[in-house]
Parts: sequence; C-alpha cells; structure tokens
Amino acid sequence: MEPIIEVKHLSKSFGANEVLKDINFSVNKGEVVCIIGASGSGKSTLLRCINLLERPSGGQIIYKGENILDDKHDVYKYRQKLGMVFQQFNLFNNHNVLSNCTVGQIKLLKRSREEAEEVALRYLRVVGMEQYIHAKPRQLSGGQKQRVAIARALSMDPDVMLFDEPTSALDPEMVGEVLKVMKLLAESGLTMLVVTHEMGFAKEVADRVVFMDQGVIAEEGPPEQIFNNPRQERTREFLKRVLNA
Amino acid sequence: MSLEWIVRIVSEYWPMFLRGAGVTLLISIIGTLFGSLIGLVIGVIRTMPMPARGIKRILLKTVNGILAAYIEFFRGTPMIVQAMVIFYGTALAFGIHMERLTAAIFIVSINTGAYMAEIVRGGIISVDKGQYEAAQAIGMNHFQTMMNVVLPQAIRNILPATGNEFVINIKDTSVLNVISVTELYFQTKSVAGNNFRYFEAFFVACIIYFIMTFTVTRILRYLERKLDGPETYTLNQMQVATPEDMLRLTQRN
Ligand SMILES: Nc1ncnc2c1ncn2[C@@H]1O[C@H](COP(=O)(O)OP(=O)(O)O)[C@@H](O)[C@H]1O
Ligand SMILES: [Mg+2]
Repeated sequence: MEPIIEVKHLSKSFGANEVLKDINFSVNKGEVVCIIGASGSGKSTLLRCINLLERPSGGQIIYKGENILDDKHDVYKYRQKLGMVFQQFNLFNNHNVLSNCTVGQIKLLKRSREEAEEVALRYLRVVGMEQYIHAKPRQLSGGQKQRVAIARALSMDPDVMLFDEPTSALDPEMVGEVLKVMKLLAESGLTMLVVTHEMGFAKEVADRVVFMDQGVIAEEGPPEQIFNNPRQERTREFLKRVLNA
Repeated sequence: MSLEWIVRIVSEYWPMFLRGAGVTLLISIIGTLFGSLIGLVIGVIRTMPMPARGIKRILLKTVNGILAAYIEFFRGTPMIVQAMVIFYGTALAFGIHMERLTAAIFIVSINTGAYMAEIVRGGIISVDKGQYEAAQAIGMNHFQTMMNVVLPQAIRNILPATGNEFVINIKDTSVLNVISVTELYFQTKSVAGNNFRYFEAFFVACIIYFIMTFTVTRILRYLERKLDGPETYTLNQMQVATPEDMLRLTQRN
C-alpha cells in the first residue's frame, strides 16, 4: 500500500505540557482512518500538526516522500492538498455558500470563475446543498454549514481529507445528515483521516482505527480488533465508558 | 441685533464660509481615507504571525517596534502641536516649504493613521480565529487570508469606529488654522475679525460644522446597512441527484 502521509516520531509541546509523544502512523491512499480517544488526549493537536496549523516540536511528516517540516518546503502548496473540516465549521462569513467553495480555487488554484463554480456546484450537489448557493453562512443550520464546509474542502481536489470531530458541535438530529455524506465519500475511495466520537461510524466505515490516550497512540488496528477484541486495557476501559454513556 | 448680523454675515460672506467648509471636507475626507489605508497596512503587519526564528523574525520585530513607536507618539501628542512641528520642522530641517493644504492633509493622514492602526488591529483580532485557520487550511498565506477573509469582516466591524474618526477629523481640522490653512475655522476667524462680530460668525460656523458631521453620520449608517446585505436568500433551481449520481460524481481517479 502506498502511504500518502507518514508521521514519524512526532512530538508537540505547549510550553512544558507535552501533548503529543513519539507518534508514528501513516495514512494510505484510499484508506479511511478514524482516530478515537478521550477529550484532551491530543487528537485535534495531531490533526493540526499534520496540516501545520500547529508547528510540531519534533519528528517528521512525510508527504509523498518529502519531509514537509523542512524549512524549504512550501507550506501553502502542501495545505492545498489537505482538506480540513473543523468542528466549528468555520465557513467564511463574508462569502455566500457558492463563493465559500470557489474563493480558494480561484485565488490559489488559479481556476477561472466558470470552472470553479462548476466544480463547486458538483460538490455542493454531492452534499445536498446546491439549492443554497446564495445563502450566507449565518442563514444556515449547523448541519448545512458542515456540509458546505465539506464541499469547500473537496472543491480544492485534496489528496486527503482531515475531519476534526465534524459532528460534535451539531444538534443530534443533524448528525445523521453529515455522517451520511461522509460515508458516501468514504465509499467513493477518498482518503480520509477522521477524529470522531461516533463509534458507530468508526466501526462501520473505518479501515483502521487509532486509539489515542494521553498523547500517545495506545492501540491501532482494524475496527474489529479495536471494538471487539481490544488488546490494551485502556482501550477496553475507554470503550466501556463511551459505549455505556 | 444679533439675528440681523447673522443674516448679513451669511449673505455677504457665504462664499468664504462655503470655501472654508469645502477645504475642511477635503482635508478630512482625504485625511481619513489615507489614514485608513495607513491603518490597514499597519494593522495587517502587526497581526502577522511571528516566525519562529531567523532573519524574518528580527525584521518583523524591528518593523513592529517602529510602528508601535509611531502609534504611541501620534496618539500621545496633540494634533495642533504635531502640525506646528511638522510644518515648521520640515522647513527648518530640509528647507522644504510644504504647501499649506498638502501639509494639512499630510498631518491629518498620519495622525488618523495612528488611531486607525489600533482600530484595525482590534478589528482583525475580533474576527473569529477559526476564520483565519480555515483560510490557512485551504492554503492561503497571511496576505491572501487577510484580503479574502479577515479584512472584509474586520472592515465591516470597524466601520462605525472609522466613521467616528471621520467626524472627529471634520471637527479637528479646525486646529490647522495655526498653520494658516484656509479651512472653515480660519475663514470664520477672518470674517469675524473684519466685522468685530465674533458670536455671529462663529454661530454660523457652528451650524455648518454640525450639518457636515450630521450628514456624514447618516450616510455612514446607510452604508453599513447596505453592506450587511439582504436578510433572506433565494433558493437555487433544484436539481435532483440520485445517490448513484452523487457517487459517480465523487468517483476519484
Ligand atoms: N494552543 C494550545 N495551547 C496550550 N495547550 C493546548 C493548546 N491546544 C491544545 N492544548 C492542550 O493539549 C491537550 C490536547 O488537546 P487536544 O489536542 O485539543 O485534545 P483532543 O482533541 O483529543 O480533545 C490538552 O491538554 C489541551 O489543553
Ligand atoms: Mg479536539
């Protein structure tokens, strides 16, 4: 299998607080990897280190064979190839739905407006938001915002999509519509790295599940192993806690 | 009688008042505009993320230091004194004799720039951090993020404060009479001196100042509402897509 992103000995500290310790793992092309773990275990920090929203303190991140932490590496070009979906949506408030999905294509990928709109409309249709192209973010519900955020990321034709708890800020009745879109994307062969508290989603969709605990990867394996036969005591305890909640 | 004198002064000297008001408006409009531009540039520089190390870090630190000094200095001294120092100082130091109107616009611009720099910085900081991060995450650099995402929102947020600066400038250009700029206050002083009618002349000036500031305030309110756009949106023509269509569309090569 061909790894798209390889994380090697990654560490991250905020001051004296060591949040990530010697993280090693990779994401292969076409794979869906879910990261689970308690709140504060470092899942978001790991994702943010991967697209360099946080500067790692040590280690390497290899993307297509190159260490992107090298000073000479073009951070901006690299980020264009990673789509990011945030817990808080973060749609551009000064742009309407369509323009949220075209501004990056036009300014960064140098696509013409017509081409950008065509691409944007295609993905907005995928997430079921093509009707709302004229709406401003403040006029949408949480679930709608998150689906637009997914379309915005897809419009950049990323190699990998990163999701940081995409349904955690949603009202329960809207979780389903977002998970449905994500499932569809997974089936289409998109490479995805998903931080989630939706154990059902991880079980069903993930090719591999990574369990994080206190800044380290405590266990990693196919969903059958993690959910049915966890090898680590702390994995078992975590699952017992969240599944009984 | 005062009223008679007011009528007389207005009918006789209205071209002087009008020219004075025109100069006042000219200086405050251009001054506010340039000042806002200065403020925008400085605000963007001062919110740049500090590089972790290297020559760029030293450079940015130095520039930030200079900008902070500029802001502190111009906010910490009266514009009337700045006007004297700059106008007579440039003559003394470089032998340059600035044209009075140019000097006036220059002074108001850099004075407003100092205030606007802080207003813009506040406006940028007040935009949700997630907006900046989302722009970075699709690959925009600091400048692109500012131009496409953060500044449009910051500018909308600071519009009331900018309008306030404009109104302050209309009033405060009156101090420029110390370098003999023929703005409204200067003209009024001449009219009053010619007739020894101080109350009447300045009463007229008072009304004119108020009309200018009031009008400007109203126009800015209108602009703010206009910028916010409509409260509703129209639905786009529905195109029904089956899940199979959708899957095919997402199929990646
Ligand atoms: N910017 C930051 N500054 C300081 N500490 C942080 C920062 N971001 C995260 N942390 C700390 O790092 C730890 C891991 O946080 P996070 O990655 O958000 O966990 P998770 O996403 O798994 O809930 C927490 O203890 C948190 O307080
Ligand atoms: Mg988190």
